[in-house]
Amino acid sequence: MAKTSGVPFQGTKEQEKQLREKLAELKDVQGGLMPALQEAQAIYGYLPKEVQIIIAEVMGVSLEEVYGVVSFYAQFTIVPKGKYKIGVCLGTACYVKGSGEVLAEVEKVLGIKAGQITSDAKFSIDATRCIGCCGLAPVMTVNDDVYGRITAKDVAGILAKYN
Amino acid sequence: MSDIKMVNLKIDGIDVSVPAGTTILEAAKTIGIKIPTLCYMKEINEIGACRVCVVEVKGARTLVASCVFPVSEGMEVTTNSERVYNARKTTLELMLSDHKKDCLSCERNLKCELQALSNEYGCNAYRFRGATSKNEPADVTDYLVRDNAKCILCRRCVAVCNKVQTVAVIGANERGFKTNVSPAFEESLAASPCVACGQCINVCPTGALHEKSEIDNVKKAIADPEKIVVVASAPAVRAALGEEFGYPIGTNVEGKMFTALRRLGFDKIFDVNFGADMTIIEESHELVERLTKGGVLPMITSCSPGWVRYMEFYYPDLIPHFSTCKSPQQMTGALIKTYWAEKNGIDPKNIYVVSVMPCTAKKAEKLRDNEQENGYPDVDAVLTTRELAKFIKEKGLMFNELPDGTIDNPLGEFTGAGVIFGASGGVMEAALRTAVEKVTGKTLDKLDFTEVRGMEGIKEATYKVGDLNVKVAVANGLKNAKIICDLIREGKADYQFIEIMCCPGGCINGGGQPILDAYTRRNVDYKSLRANALYSEDAKLKLRKSHDNKAVMEVYETYLGEVGGHKAHEILHTKYVARKKY
Repeated sequence: MAKTSGVPFQGTKEQEKQLREKLAELKDVQGGLMPALQEAQAIYGYLPKEVQIIIAEVMGVSLEEVYGVVSFYAQFTIVPKGKYKIGVCLGTACYVKGSGEVLAEVEKVLGIKAGQITSDAKFSIDATRCIGCCGLAPVMTVNDDVYGRITAKDVAGILAKYN
Repeated sequence: MSDIKMVNLKIDGIDVSVPAGTTILEAAKTIGIKIPTLCYMKEINEIGACRVCVVEVKGARTLVASCVFPVSEGMEVTTNSERVYNARKTTLELMLSDHKKDCLSCERNLKCELQALSNEYGCNAYRFRGATSKNEPADVTDYLVRDNAKCILCRRCVAVCNKVQTVAVIGANERGFKTNVSPAFEESLAASPCVACGQCINVCPTGALHEKSEIDNVKKAIADPEKIVVVASAPAVRAALGEEFGYPIGTNVEGKMFTALRRLGFDKIFDVNFGADMTIIEESHELVERLTKGGVLPMITSCSPGWVRYMEFYYPDLIPHFSTCKSPQQMTGALIKTYWAEKNGIDPKNIYVVSVMPCTAKKAEKLRDNEQENGYPDVDAVLTTRELAKFIKEKGLMFNELPDGTIDNPLGEFTGAGVIFGASGGVMEAALRTAVEKVTGKTLDKLDFTEVRGMEGIKEATYKVGDLNVKVAVANGLKNAKIICDLIREGKADYQFIEIMCCPGGCINGGGQPILDAYTRRNVDYKSLRANALYSEDAKLKLRKSHDNKAVMEVYETYLGEVGGHKAHEILHTKYVARKKY
C-alpha cells in the first residue's frame, strides 16, 4: 500500500532554491544522501515525494534509494506536522500510568492515527519516547505546552483550547 | 608461473589450497562440498544476510557466513557439524515462520529454493508461530506479480534491479519487522519506472515474484468456436523450454514444441522467427537509408521491449536514434491480422493471436499504443516459456515422448537469421547479412559475424558494407546499455548501428525463461548453452538470410509493396513516447 501523507504539497520556489543550493554542495560528497535529507527536512519540515524526487535527480540515485533511506530512519518523516504538534509520551513511566489510553483518545477525537495529520493540517499526532518529565506521567504535549497527570477524559478539553 | 598467492586450509579435515581472496563457500566447492545459500549471488549480491551458509571456523567466536568470509592460511573450517546444522535449520524455520506457506498451490512449488532447503534440513515449518509482517495483498501489474507474503528479504531481486539492470526501482523499505521490498513510497510497480524485464523473477528463490499469467485467457479463446487461435513462438523459447521437462540446458526442442502447440488446440502454428526475418528486411532497409541518405545515427534496434521502456523512461532524448520498426512479435501479429486474414478471407475480429515469449516485457508491449491494426491489437495474449510448459503439463502431454512436428505456412517460414534473434548479437548479425548483400549486390562468402556473438556485455566491430565502413556495437543488459546511451548523449559514440537487448545475454536469458536455481546460475554457463542451441540451428538451416525467406518476400510482392514503403510503415512501424519516471 502506497505510503503518502494525503496532504497536498505546498512547497515554495524559495524553499526549492534553498534545497537546490544545499544539494549542489552535497552532490559529489560520498555519503551525501543523509545530510541532503536532513537539510531538506530542515527546509520543508518533512520529506514529501516532490522533495525526494528533486533529491534523487540531483544526487543521481533512484527515487527508491532515497525513499529506502527515508523510511529506514526514524528521524525522517514523509508526513507534514500540523499547526499543533501533539506528542503523547509512550515511555515506560507514562505508559504504565495509562498514556496508551490517552493516545487512543487523541486518535479518536481527531480521527487520525499516530504519525498522521488531520486533513486541515491543524493537528498531527506523534507517539514519542520518554520526554524526561516522568514525575508528571502520563504526559501529553501540544507544541510547547505540557499537560501532565492527565487521563483520557481530559483530552477533549485540552484539544478544544486549540480549536 | 602465476603470481597468485595460494592459501592452505582445512575444510572438514581435508587439505585445500586456493588463491587468496577465495571465499570459504568457493573453497569448499573445489573439494565437492556444497554449502547451502539463499541470498548469495556471485558478484551481484554478496551481503551475507540470510545466514544459511554459516560454517564453523576454529577460533572464531561465532559461526561465519561462508559466502563472504575469505579463506586464510591455516584456517580450519567445519561445514557440517551439529552446531552448523542446527543454526541453519533454525534460520530456515524462522524464515518459514513469516512466510506464506501455500506451497501446494504456489507458482514455484518444487522449484523453490526455500522449500528445497527446508526439505533437506527437515524443518518444522510451524516451529515458531507468531505475528506475520507482510499482510499486504500482492502487487499485480500487466506483466508481473509481486507477493511480499512469500518474500524472504534475500534482496536478490533488488541486486539484479540495481546492479545488473541499473534501474533500481525496487529496494528494501522501512526497517526491522516492517522491512519490505517494494518501489519508492511502497507504491505498485506499475506506478514506477520499471522496465518489465522480469530479471527479478528469474533470481527470486521463492514464489514472491512471477509473471502475470495469461493461460486462462488463452484457454478461453481456444474453447471459443468463433475464434481462430494462432500461436507464434519467439526463437529463444525453443532453446530453453526443454529445461522444464528435464532436458539438459541448451537442448533445442523446436519439433516437440510444434507438436505440443498443435495438441494444445491452436488452429495455426506460425513463428515469431518469421517476424524476425520481416524485421530484418525493414530494419536493414532503414539502416541503409539512414547511412546513405543521411538520417539520425547511430541507429539503435528496437526489438527488445524492456529496452524500449528503458529508453522511453531514462533516455527519451535518444528516441530519434531508435529504429521505428515494431518488434518481431508485433510484426508477426500485425501481419496475421492483416495480410493473412485478408488472404484467407477471415475477419480479424475473430483472430486471436498468442505469442510465446521468453519475456515478461512482451506482455506489456502488446498493450502499447500504435501496436494495433484496424482497431485490433496485433497480439492478444503473451505466454512466457514457463507458462507454456505449465500449460503443456496441465494438458497431460508427455512432452518428452512427443514426435517432432511441423509448422504452418506461410507465416511459419523462417531463416537462420530469424533464429539467432534470441541471443545477444543475433539481430546485428542478421541485419548485417542482409544489409551487406543489399548494398553490394553480391553474395556473402561467409555468413558468420562472430565478433558480435558471445556473452560479453559490450561488443564492438567494424564491417565493410559496400564502400562504407560501418562501426557497430552490441550491448546486452541495461547496465551496458546505459554505458552506450551515455556515450551517445555525450556525442562520443562513433557507431553507425547499435543492437541493444535488455536482458544479460539477450532473450535466451529473458525474464520469462525457465527458472534456474542460484547454484546453477553461478556454476553453469547457461546463457552460452542456450545461445549455442540457436547458433547450431542457424548453421544447419539451408536458408540463413532474411531476404531469402520466400514467404517474407511474397508478403511484400503481393501485399505490402515496397520495403519501407507506405503500407509497410503503416503496419510494421511504431512510435515511441517520452515517459515520465515519477
